[in-house]
Amino acid sequence: MTSAKPASDHAAAAHEFLRDPARAAWHDQTLWMVRMKRDRVAARVPEWEQLREAASQIKEHTLSRLAHYLEEFTAKAEANGIQVHWARDGDEHNRIVLDILQKRGARHLVKSKSMLTEECHLNAHLQAHGVEVIDTDLGERIVQLDQKPPSHIVMPAIHLQRKEVGDIFHEHLGTPAGLDDAQALTEAARQHLRGHFLQADAALTGVNFAIAETGGFVVCTNEGNADMGAHLAPVHIACMGIEKLIPKQEHLGVFIRLLARSATGQPSTVFTSHFVRPHPGQEMHIVLVDNGRSRQLSRPDFRKSLACIRCAACFNTCPVYRRSGGYSYSYFIAGPIGSILAPNVDGARHASMPFASTLCGSCTAVCPVKIDIHGQLLKWRQEITQEGHAPKLKKIAMRLTAFAFAHPWLYRTGGWFMRKFLPLVNLLKLDPWTRHRDLPSAPPQSFGAWYRNKNKSQKP
Amino acid sequence: MTIGLFIPCYIDQLYPHVGQATVAIIERLGYEVGFPEGQTCCGQPMSNSGYAAMGDDLIRTFSKLFESYEHIVSPSASCLLHLKEKLEARHDPLAHRIHELTEFLHDIVPADRVSRLNAQFPHRVGLHQSCHGLRGLGLARPSECMITDFSKPARLLAAVQGLELVPLDRPDECCGFGGTFAVFEPDVSVAMGRDRIQDHLSHGAEFITSTDMSCLMHLGGLMGRSGARAKAIHIAEILASQPLRS
Repeated sequence: MTSAKPASDHAAAAHEFLRDPARAAWHDQTLWMVRMKRDRVAARVPEWEQLREAASQIKEHTLSRLAHYLEEFTAKAEANGIQVHWARDGDEHNRIVLDILQKRGARHLVKSKSMLTEECHLNAHLQAHGVEVIDTDLGERIVQLDQKPPSHIVMPAIHLQRKEVGDIFHEHLGTPAGLDDAQALTEAARQHLRGHFLQADAALTGVNFAIAETGGFVVCTNEGNADMGAHLAPVHIACMGIEKLIPKQEHLGVFIRLLARSATGQPSTVFTSHFVRPHPGQEMHIVLVDNGRSRQLSRPDFRKSLACIRCAACFNTCPVYRRSGGYSYSYFIAGPIGSILAPNVDGARHASMPFASTLCGSCTAVCPVKIDIHGQLLKWRQEITQEGHAPKLKKIAMRLTAFAFAHPWLYRTGGWFMRKFLPLVNLLKLDPWTRHRDLPSAPPQSFGAWYRNKNKSQKP
Repeated sequence: MTIGLFIPCYIDQLYPHVGQATVAIIERLGYEVGFPEGQTCCGQPMSNSGYAAMGDDLIRTFSKLFESYEHIVSPSASCLLHLKEKLEARHDPLAHRIHELTEFLHDIVPADRVSRLNAQFPHRVGLHQSCHGLRGLGLARPSECMITDFSKPARLLAAVQGLELVPLDRPDECCGFGGTFAVFEPDVSVAMGRDRIQDHLSHGAEFITSTDMSCLMHLGGLMGRSGARAKAIHIAEILASQPLRS
């Protein structure tokens, strides 16, 4: 699938982000601290690498028979009294959610964290139909008030400093100007959200894991907002991508042990809530969403990306993400994992994302389900050029380079000329390399020439 | 035994002394060096840019030029990883006979021979782990991985007389070179490089060394421009340094 819309270029957006070096350094350091916390708690689990391998295999197995497990899950969930809906794409998902709300006359929806509803642009759709949507995760509420998308899938407002949160709260919640005390700000958010929880006539949550064997699902949060919403409201809607399944309850422990440690460096999230059936008098719905996942599943090189449990460890470890920020990526999921999911959705629009990486491989090494993220980034680069979404000039440059390398005499001659012109290039500083970096001073002869002379002088 | 030497294009043209140091090391170990004519590039720049197929001829040429050697050595982890992956994909047995220099010294050459190197380098040195060497070739434990700690390049450096290895705040963060990334994402690339250099400088490194000259081209270029005190030096140059004769 392609779009006519030009892709927003990561390099240009990163350039903007880095115009404030002090802020960029703060962003880098903040996320690096999360990565260090992850390292410390992971190191305390002796079987960490075995857990990753187990998680990887469970996910690969599940993806290999996804249809089977979806059917099993649906049958069990329905037997438990949950209403299950299937959505082919984001629009259908939004229609289903609106329909559930309208049937009950619900006008006030509280939402806990759900990247899927970001993916489907649910909030805008519901608001256009007169439904008030309140994000209740603190970070998500902050960016919602600021009318921005999350910049990070686990810490949606990580790009904002405390003072800026104070400004947003001052504007929208009427807190005193200049308030930047974390406790006072959080308390203001609690009081503000409490009213909405009590008033809500429906609650929507995401799903971290859905268990085929039981028809139940698990939601992991730190703030208790998912539970507060789901237990108070007469309607609970849980929205999930079809890849969130695991086969058995006993598999859950593997993932729960990995998720919070990988995400925030906590041994576990504060709340790990298991939902199996609606409580008496409550309606419970699950919306299963495809929205391009089947297509990704059909791509052998990229299907493993569907194993992702959205921990964002790859964000926190990525030296490029840390120094360019979530908004430099054109897809709503930023970072390394976003860069291998986005081209499946729209190759032209997100053409620059797989190139926003040095391919250092830290994402792959940190991933709790062992997705070969940097390998897939490299593979997407090949797909994107084949589909013609790369700059023409780059292709010509690469063809000329390849031609020279394929002809050693041309390579030697070209190398000689390059070495002669090197001092001039260094002087002009016109290209992206020498604008910030010196090129090495040109040696009088190449290694090859030296070696040939050496051998001549040794063999009389 | 004759060791096949692969010298990547940019070392051939810009850093011949790194190739010379590699030859010196191999000869000092008591092996002969063979440098087949006609080698140019591993093809990684094309693959990295999304045109992997343009590099296919280079892999075929490499395979033909080096097929007679039992061991092939190269002083560049990144180029070597690319060759290894491409050869593996072609089921070419050469994939298992090519070695990055420190991997060759650590895994293949008998320890008593390695001690013949008798290198001396009385300086404070920071080791920059090239990502492709670290995570691609497995030259050391990446800091993300909860496995037994090891580092082949650090172990070789520890045997160099007078050399003091400096600790780092971030032991293996990427330098930001990334091949064509350095040119197409210059801002992020430069920011990453500057942070890396600062880490080494703040721990008093006089030299930054690595198994990859490409990382060092980037870091050295940044240090050259900013007038930093430290210098970039390839690990082959350190391992080839000899005690001064008094």
